[in-house]
Amino acid sequence: METKNKIRVLIAKPGLDGHDKGAKIVALALRDAGMEVIYSGLHQTLEQIIQTATQESVDVIGLSIMSGAHLPISEKLIAMMKEQGLDNVNLTVGGVIPFQDIPKLKEMGVAEVFPGGTSFKDIITSMNKLFE
Amino acid sequence: MIRLIEDNDPTSFEKLKLLYPHASNAFIIGITGSPGVGKSTLIDALITQFRELDKKVAILAVDPSSPFSGGAILGDRIRMQRHATDEKVFIRSMASRGQKGGLSRATKDAVVVFSAMGYEIIIIETVGAGQAEFDIANIAHSIGIVTSPGAGDGIQAVKAGILETGDIFIVNKSDKLDADASVHQLNMMIEMRKSSKTNWKAQVLKTIAQNGTGVKEVADAFLSHFDFMKNNNLIDQKRNAMEKSYFNSLLKDLILEKLFLYMKNSEACKKIEKEIQSGSMDPLSAAEFLVNKLIVFKNNE
Amino acid sequence: MGVAKYTKDTKGAITEVEYQSGIKVKPVYGPEDLEKAGFEYTKDLGSPGEYPFTRSIHSQGYRSRAWTTRQYTGFGTPEETNERFKLMIANGQNGLNVAFDLPTQMGYDSDHPLAQGEVGRVGMAIDSLKDFEIAFAGIPLDRIGSGLTINAVATIMMAMYQAVAEKAGYKKEQISTTPQNDILKEMIGRGAWIFPVEHGVRLVGDSIEYAVKELPKSNPVSLCGYHIRESGATPAQEIAYAFEIAKAYIENVEQRGIKPEEFVGRFSFNLNVYGNLWEQIAKFRAARKLWAKMLKNEYGINDKKKLFLRGLFGGGGSGLTKEQPENNIMRGAYYALGAALSGAQTTALCSFDEAYTIPTPRSALLSLRTLEMLMDEVGLRDTVDPLAGSYFIETITIEMEEKILEEMKEVQQMGGMVNCISNGMIQRKISKQAYEFEKGLQSGEYRKVGLNPESTDAMADKTDVELHEYNEEWAIKSKASLNEVRRTRNDKNVSQSLAALEKAAKGNDNVMPHLVKCCHVYATVGEMAGVFRQTFGEWNEPDFY
Repeated sequence: METKNKIRVLIAKPGLDGHDKGAKIVALALRDAGMEVIYSGLHQTLEQIIQTATQESVDVIGLSIMSGAHLPISEKLIAMMKEQGLDNVNLTVGGVIPFQDIPKLKEMGVAEVFPGGTSFKDIITSMNKLFE
Repeated sequence: MIRLIEDNDPTSFEKLKLLYPHASNAFIIGITGSPGVGKSTLIDALITQFRELDKKVAILAVDPSSPFSGGAILGDRIRMQRHATDEKVFIRSMASRGQKGGLSRATKDAVVVFSAMGYEIIIIETVGAGQAEFDIANIAHSIGIVTSPGAGDGIQAVKAGILETGDIFIVNKSDKLDADASVHQLNMMIEMRKSSKTNWKAQVLKTIAQNGTGVKEVADAFLSHFDFMKNNNLIDQKRNAMEKSYFNSLLKDLILEKLFLYMKNSEACKKIEKEIQSGSMDPLSAAEFLVNKLIVFKNNE
Repeated sequence: MGVAKYTKDTKGAITEVEYQSGIKVKPVYGPEDLEKAGFEYTKDLGSPGEYPFTRSIHSQGYRSRAWTTRQYTGFGTPEETNERFKLMIANGQNGLNVAFDLPTQMGYDSDHPLAQGEVGRVGMAIDSLKDFEIAFAGIPLDRIGSGLTINAVATIMMAMYQAVAEKAGYKKEQISTTPQNDILKEMIGRGAWIFPVEHGVRLVGDSIEYAVKELPKSNPVSLCGYHIRESGATPAQEIAYAFEIAKAYIENVEQRGIKPEEFVGRFSFNLNVYGNLWEQIAKFRAARKLWAKMLKNEYGINDKKKLFLRGLFGGGGSGLTKEQPENNIMRGAYYALGAALSGAQTTALCSFDEAYTIPTPRSALLSLRTLEMLMDEVGLRDTVDPLAGSYFIETITIEMEEKILEEMKEVQQMGGMVNCISNGMIQRKISKQAYEFEKGLQSGEYRKVGLNPESTDAMADKTDVELHEYNEEWAIKSKASLNEVRRTRNDKNVSQSLAALEKAAKGNDNVMPHLVKCCHVYATVGEMAGVFRQTFGEWNEPDFY
């Protein structure tokens, strides 16, 4: 059957920030690239994100953060992912991310960072590369 | 595990065999209806009701894959996220991946997993029931059909053939105008339907899932339907039907998979493919020829 | 090239131009175009200051008064915000525009788990009246008006504003506040919603009713086409949806037996300057005209001043790029030019670093200077509505009016705005548009300088900008202050007031007087919003795809 190995991605909006245009259009782009996208909706706690990623057996968690809180949120989520045994799940972060924060995020263990304005093509290529 | 099933991983089959004996106790509910009638919101409210009875609840939300890219956005759980961190609730989204026949089996496989995990109530959410190849009635004990006032297509779907399978009918968003008209219409249709094999009297209930109004009644109705089945020895009958259906879909899948693979690699098939390309044989005749040949071949073996 | 669609021939000459709102632009316009559009001076324009106010709501335009600027302020602790307020008033600003942090906007106290890492980040953290007492200490609340950028719990902040004024010795009749209070736009775009649609609208209705009866100088709602546009709506949809949202609020208040003429004059608008220059000018002019026509014809309002479309034309956030951020300074200037040519009454401009961070004082000052240049250096105050009579502008203003009406009609046919937002029709339409537009931007179909075609110039696109730093101290201070409030207040008064609030919320009583009482006895924002959460539940988003 041709159903094998679709990339499953959780697009999640952590915290209280409600700017979801970016998350929504990236979800649409990933769907059109053949991925299965689980959309969490707004105002998610990190616990909800971890549980959703576990129950949905996703390959990637894609966080969209516009409030500027990307460093503390990513750090905490990575610790929780380890705790929960989500070792095979990649974390990517997008949103309002200043370039100078990208190395910090990668050092924490974020697989890819997609600052606002990253092209769909680049996002899709990077996502696919994670599974080559 | 469900991921392995979706990906049709070869190891999943063995694992399912081990789980199957432990997967017989759950009450399986199918919730179906057109997009936009509020199925997910209703299920969200039903989870709350079942959790108050301290039941472990699993949800399988099935959504169509995009016919163009094969991808999907699975957003039903947005409306159930408040239950995400309840350890006795498990919500799983599944994309149809464009295979109606396979979907029926994948759904059943997932139900087996949930049931073996000890989930007492399993709710399957699907759009467009009544498709011959994906018959929710052969997977679920109870079928709830959701419509909303003004959603004429909801009634259409009912007319189109799922009427026979519905056990509970739910008119959601019943605070809207025309809700009573929908209820009336559904009651008339139920009256008119051929007397079913059982004596269960299908109910029509009104809900406003958004604020929980009427949802307890729906939960109670499902539970009493389950009791009705138990008290009338219908559970075993149902299980037999379910197992037969599962067996049939497995058989079809396994035969197809194995034979297709075998034939694809056979010399005869390669030869025929060349003939199609060269134009000396049309695809219709080619397929017929191969299958006839296969039967002969099998008999000889 | 920009946000419009341009078709070119093989030599690169432009053959077709189509604006986002669907207006097709011709290479040349002449008198025949006005005739074809049925243009009549009195019907379509009128003199400035006269119905239908296409040209301006003031007869002398900027001659009598330049636009007012409203910078968005408020961050960190109430103490710091108070300092900033005083500085701005000392510099001649006569209105404040207050930003709140996300926990406050979402009705959580600073010590709620969801508030972690967010306290004071994007605005000031408010837990109780005590914080307002500090933030507004020494501010003459009878002379200075305050915009409160808050929606889901706008009722609570309005009540708290009244409470703080009363505590300082002012009467509620003296104070002027403009909460944003547009919950339906939050559901389309900005996402700071809490309660289900109908309860959200009821709270807006409560605040309007209360303002009519008790707060004569306050403006209870600011209709934000702005955020709808930022989410992917076209300029025509921005106006159409803002108007349909206004109608939903009007309807709610009308049902309470209050006539629209008693309150619509106090509605204000927050509209976006981002887009094609001419399309924006047509949008603002058409919007002023349509609003006046709608109020007059549909609601029978004749008092001229109540027909004004007042408000802020500003921002422009979605037009800014992260690449080559300095370019945004020039971009902002052109957006502001559009606002000035449209006779904007009040304005504010997104800062060039806003694609990265909360504006630093330096970038906020640059925006202010840009706005000053237009008024004081470039000559935008010279005459009112300088583009009036242009064959092109008048033709597309009429066309824009038609496009807005088409979009409004679609909403009406789908059962009105409350219905369209509940079932997700608007959200689906807008996210699809945003997706298509983004694809066009990435493919180069829409030209964006410094972004596409990929820049090869020396200005590396990975420019670092100065960042507005988050201070962990804010959260510690807020929590300490909150604990102090909880320790020293009279708990019995608090629980009684909250119980009365709950009763009102469950029934049909206006919640506002109860909220004012709760604020006076130092009930916290989290407690008051908690009563609403318990009573109303939370909204479930419909699908966007």
